[in-house]
Amino acid sequence: MTTLSIAVADGAVVAKRNLIKIKRVPDVLVWVLMSPIMFVLLFAYVFGGAIDPGGGVNYREFLMAGIFAQTAIFGATFTGAGMAEDMQKGIIDRFRSLPMSRSAVLVGRTASDIVYNVLSLAIMSLTGLLIGWRIRGSLGDALLAFLLLVLLGYAFSWVLGYVGLLVPSPEVINNASFMVIMPLTFVSNAFVPLESFPAALRPFVEWNPVSAVTQAARDLFGNTSPAIPVPDVWSMRNPILYTLIWIVAIIAVFLPLAVAQYQRTASR
Amino acid sequence: MSAVIRASGLVKHYGEVRALDGLDLSVERGQVLGLLGPNGAGKTTSVRILATLLDADAGDAEVAGYDVRTQTDEVRRVIGLSGQYAAVDEHLTGFENLDMVGRLYRLGRARARVRARELLERFDLAAAGDRPVKTYSGGMRRRLDLAGSLVADPQVLFLDEPTTGLDPRSRTGMWEVIRELVDRGTTLLLTTQYLEEADRLADEIIVIDHGREIARGSADQLKAQVGGERVELVVAQRTDLLTARSLLAEFAVGEITVDEHGNGLGAPVAGGAGVLMQVLRRLDDADIEVLDIALRRPTLDDVFLALTGHVAEPDAAPRKGEGDEGDRLRPDLAAVAVAHEEELA
Ligand SMILES: Nc1ncnc2c1ncn2[C@@H]1O[C@H](COP(=O)(O)OP(=O)(O)OP(=O)(O)O)[C@@H](O)[C@H]1O
Ligand SMILES: [Mg+2]
Repeated sequence: MTTLSIAVADGAVVAKRNLIKIKRVPDVLVWVLMSPIMFVLLFAYVFGGAIDPGGGVNYREFLMAGIFAQTAIFGATFTGAGMAEDMQKGIIDRFRSLPMSRSAVLVGRTASDIVYNVLSLAIMSLTGLLIGWRIRGSLGDALLAFLLLVLLGYAFSWVLGYVGLLVPSPEVINNASFMVIMPLTFVSNAFVPLESFPAALRPFVEWNPVSAVTQAARDLFGNTSPAIPVPDVWSMRNPILYTLIWIVAIIAVFLPLAVAQYQRTASR
Repeated sequence: MSAVIRASGLVKHYGEVRALDGLDLSVERGQVLGLLGPNGAGKTTSVRILATLLDADAGDAEVAGYDVRTQTDEVRRVIGLSGQYAAVDEHLTGFENLDMVGRLYRLGRARARVRARELLERFDLAAAGDRPVKTYSGGMRRRLDLAGSLVADPQVLFLDEPTTGLDPRSRTGMWEVIRELVDRGTTLLLTTQYLEEADRLADEIIVIDHGREIARGSADQLKAQVGGERVELVVAQRTDLLTARSLLAEFAVGEITVDEHGNGLGAPVAGGAGVLMQVLRRLDDADIEVLDIALRRPTLDDVFLALTGHVAEPDAAPRKGEGDEGDRLRPDLAAVAVAHEEELA
């Protein structure tokens, strides 16, 4: 077997173990599913009246792609907390005494966290539909949008998986991810139109991957209007391609970093 | 003969602490090596290095001919490890834990399942096999962990304090299981703080303290190092203690120990059963009522005391994942130690 197929096979075994845990400790799942509902309702009703995306687009329609993006990326926090927790548990010694793939624990963890992400995106979609969000494009486009969101969330899982191996305890992860992900999602077009940012922040917003995936999802869901101008920057004109580049780049950098760190952390 | 486990000059630092300070060891095929030492002696550190979980700062080690530093996968394929703290997943059932390990050894789906059930049966966990490990007692976890280390029928086994925290019955059960494995040809490195355990299971014992070897040999050789047999007796009346002591002094070839609380006396003697008879006769002549008297061969406890200058003390603080540590010393020896201290004071 090749290194890759071994990593996938062993990763699947570890992912199965993580999924069993989701089933056995459903409290976590409940919170994972509740918080996106809360987010949708809060933003829709608190900011709904104050923010006008323009072009006759309803704010709730405008909002959904942004909330999807934020949730998909925040989901990576679970990967970080999960890794940090695993490293403290006795089971890691068992894993390390087995002739299994070095990347399996990370591969399994990032894979099983996709389940969290898919579930919360599903719940949010239902909530969105209830408060008036509509998919106005084709079903294929909508699925592509969800796929992009899940893939970007998966890429961020590798970032936080790496961070999870660096921190001394799982408690630190929430704060660490908050510090990074909050600015990333708020200084983007996820919740407010791009034009509303001051000129100094504009370049950051325009090249922010969160803006790109939001823009891509908005286009694919048909939640935009020709009346809303798309800024004349490459990232916003080609949001799907730009998002894919980020996904590949993040994984290319953080997968090897995380695997190397796993080796180091585990042999302390 | 070829050594299956071989290490030389192992050194490991943790900051200022020298956890290992140049340890050498080797174990022949099918043999059992006992690493015996008090808390912090470096037992776990040695096992983790040999089982590829930790890199040594200096020295080198091989298991089944593979270098533990550079050929970790090869080493991991032939070893089983049951560490000091049970390496099991709380949220999985016993079956799921073993099944997972089997899959990770690539036994295949069907084989992994069969093997998991077999091991549950063998370790008396069949009834609890489908309950989450969270609900297991300390002893059950320990057994499950040992089962986990045996999934792939390893030829080399590392057991780090396999019976710590077990009640006497589970401990005896564990010893039986270990003996069986060794009888079938498994090479075993075992660490323990229980002197009796090393005595029972190990072919060779290395006593370590502060990361260094302080003695090695078979249990008998080690016992011989601290001298021959002892007469130990308990008098009925405390008032007889001093008289008995002076009678005993005629036969003693070394220091006499006194346990004032238990009315006990002990002395190293030479001459075997004959001496015992004489002591008894003299006591009888002096009208001293004796509750108990015996000729005792030295135990590893004595060896330990003699070598390290301290008894193997139980931890002050309970360690995670373990229940009652149990009595690490037999009461008589603890009493001797107390008597020593009183004499010094
Ligand atoms: N991760 C660590 N960080 C710092 N010091 C450590 C670490 N692990 C072990 N030590 C120190 O190294 C020494 C040897 O520890 P080790 O765990 O090998 O002892 P041990 O013989 O297994 O003891 P015990 O009977 O308590 O299990 C101790 O002084 C211990 O404090
Ligand atoms: Mg130890």
